[in-house]
Amino acid sequence: MSDEPLLQLRGITKRFLGVTALDGVDFTLRAGEIHALLGENGAGKSTLIKVLTGVHAPDAGTITLAGKRIAPASPKDAEQAGLSTVYQEVNLIPALSVAENIVLGRQPGRFGFVNWLAVRRHARKALARLEIDCDVDAELGSLSVALQQMVAIARALDLRAKLLILDEPTASLDEKEVAELFGIMCRLRADGLGIVFVTHFLDQVYAISDRLTVLRNGQLVGEFPTASLPRLALVGKMLGRDVSDESGRPASASTATKNAAATVLEARGLGRRGAVHPFDLTLRRGEVTGLAGLLGSGRTETARLLFGIDRADTGELYLHAQRAALPSPRNAVRLGLAFCSEDRKREGILPNLSVRENLIIALQAKRGGARSLARAEQEKLCAHYTAALRIKTADAETPIKNLSGGNQQKVLLARWLATQPELIILDEPTRGIDVGARAEIEALIAQLRADGLAVLFISSEIEEIVRTCSRVLVMRERRLAEEVSTADLTPGRLMQAMAGAHEES
Amino acid sequence: MKNPDSRPRRPVSPLVWLVAGLALLVLLNLTKNPAFLRVTWHDGHLFGTPIDILTQGSRTMLLALGMTLVIATGGVDLSVGSVCAITGAVCALTLQHGQSLAVTLAAAIGVGAAAGLANGLLVARLGIQPIVATLILMVAGRGIAQLVTDGQVLIIKHAAFEFLATGFVLGAPFAPLAVGALYLVSHAALRRTAAGLFIEAVGDNETASRFAGLAAARVKVLAYVFCGICAGLTGVLIAANIGAADGNRAGENAELDAIFAVVVGGTALTGGRFTLLGSLLGALLIQTLTTTMYNLGVAPAVAPVPKALVIVGVSLLQSEKFRALVARAWRREGRSGA
Repeated sequence: MSDEPLLQLRGITKRFLGVTALDGVDFTLRAGEIHALLGENGAGKSTLIKVLTGVHAPDAGTITLAGKRIAPASPKDAEQAGLSTVYQEVNLIPALSVAENIVLGRQPGRFGFVNWLAVRRHARKALARLEIDCDVDAELGSLSVALQQMVAIARALDLRAKLLILDEPTASLDEKEVAELFGIMCRLRADGLGIVFVTHFLDQVYAISDRLTVLRNGQLVGEFPTASLPRLALVGKMLGRDVSDESGRPASASTATKNAAATVLEARGLGRRGAVHPFDLTLRRGEVTGLAGLLGSGRTETARLLFGIDRADTGELYLHAQRAALPSPRNAVRLGLAFCSEDRKREGILPNLSVRENLIIALQAKRGGARSLARAEQEKLCAHYTAALRIKTADAETPIKNLSGGNQQKVLLARWLATQPELIILDEPTRGIDVGARAEIEALIAQLRADGLAVLFISSEIEEIVRTCSRVLVMRERRLAEEVSTADLTPGRLMQAMAGAHEES
Repeated sequence: MKNPDSRPRRPVSPLVWLVAGLALLVLLNLTKNPAFLRVTWHDGHLFGTPIDILTQGSRTMLLALGMTLVIATGGVDLSVGSVCAITGAVCALTLQHGQSLAVTLAAAIGVGAAAGLANGLLVARLGIQPIVATLILMVAGRGIAQLVTDGQVLIIKHAAFEFLATGFVLGAPFAPLAVGALYLVSHAALRRTAAGLFIEAVGDNETASRFAGLAAARVKVLAYVFCGICAGLTGVLIAANIGAADGNRAGENAELDAIFAVVVGGTALTGGRFTLLGSLLGALLIQTLTTTMYNLGVAPAVAPVPKALVIVGVSLLQSEKFRALVARAWRREGRSGA
């Protein structure tokens, strides 16, 4: 080999309380290369990143950076060795300025005084390197998520990094922002940096990466030059099975039998100032209604109104044609509604409680505190859903925070299914989830429809919506703009509807 | 399970370290006073240092019981000491007016519940930080107690009332028995219903709990009310113990002992999982410490220093990070030695 690899991981092994997260994994990154790290949920991507950045100490294996053995004991250690990381969730401080965020922890100055001029100069330089145009005095929280992400990259690169790790950086970016990010990545690659790129979006893998490494169940599947591995083969490797058609649509979705199904929930002129313009909406039994729209178009806000998290200031809600007041999620749950939030960490899981407790909490809340579910019944529910949704966990008493993101999501779905709702609102249920789990969740939605539930399905992915929904409501600029019915439900038509208002302006 | 050899290893319960600390303390006492653990029968009841510790410790145990639930919701109640003073004063007043013991106890519970309700509403409905919200009553409560007693120390002469703190049932001290029974009843009420789970859920992630359909605010208010009632009953024990209501000194710094007991007992200040048994043992540890200081002749003014050291020690033992650090240093030592 002519050029020595920038980073070599050999035989990395890591176990957590009985679960082997990584089993002798190798990983090699060369300078000036963008290397995609791929795998299903629970494949071990996050763990590998955390071992690399000193969050977890490996149980076995070696890390070699530019020919030198390193053993980062903390993220700071790793940073100093030249490994910079930008995590999925931007972990900067929203209340501080851009400049402060960039230099935080290494402010220029002396005797505890900060040289603010130098801070700004420094921050401007860091941003200029990435050709980012933004005011260094702006409060970080006032910027878009995309810009915050760029600031996070600027901060990470500030340390003369040799290697940049991007852990699902595109999860919350729209297409234009992704393109900007890719521009930056290419520039850095040209500068000779090695970039590890963790993502779930296969398009992006093929758009930008030079090589890719696939993990499955904590083991290395292989390393491949991206160009020589067809997409279908890649998906097969990630899933560990042959996939005949990656986007195989359960054709029934669009041609679902349309009997005059009973209306479950109807909103008339429901709205909230600053969140959503008043809208009408009807959700029926056995129907999957999609809610599509660009980021910030008001999809989540609509769901929050329906579930009583935010209070509507206009309009009425009818449940089975009866006027219903939903002043709180508690009422909504009691009336048979369920809402699976897109923000798993903040609004979903009870991190330190067990899988069992997380699973039964909504049902228990629905029953009230006095009538406790018998332990045996709880365990039966757990066993049932663990098997039905193929939840991977050591056992039902494991704290849910120890599960991978996809498995956490499945537990949350199980939490709501256990309440036997009549209407379930799924807000981006497949976000941050790999191909396999995604297919499972899509299959589950089809099952729910067959069982006669009303489903409101919110997603940013057009393909997914087209595959899953019988009709789609499209939101634009916080307004329910139009409905696309089964007949002309195609990605192209949907995209058109979502973009509509933008083209005019 | 797929591979049986990788059975999940449960982390050691924090109670182990608490019990270890308690055992060390007892050992220390035994070296100074071999008769430390001796319990004898005198005048028709049990007698000895362990009995003293239980009797004196029953007040902190009772406060810790209520405090556990508040801390489990992610809050804290600084006002319990002052609530003790208020209820003590109210009890003295009702007894002076010739009311029965039942009315007096009802008044104490009512005052405690009202105080807890005030705290709970400030925290859960108005969203005031628990430390600030309960600080209000902590400071104002002393003034209220003074108002009730008119600035006097009210003497209580009521045999049945004093029995609550100093009496014996079949030779065993009444106060610790009653507090122990309250622990059992509370445990059953929390774990047989879903109340305990709801408290832990709200403490672990309030937003997620609310989204799952829990009345998070109500859960919190009820925790504060329960804590207030415990404080009210503790006020009864304090007043009964000294036979007087002292608006200034009753329950002074009691909130700190109670918080110590809960935290040392393994309930995190960040909320979530709680253990009543841990709080009970934590209170026992603190009382044993206090008694030890007293027995060793440490001046009362200096006693807080060794007390603090022991608490720091137990907290460090419970810290996983600290234990990992020690283990790593130990291994490094071994490696460099080899």
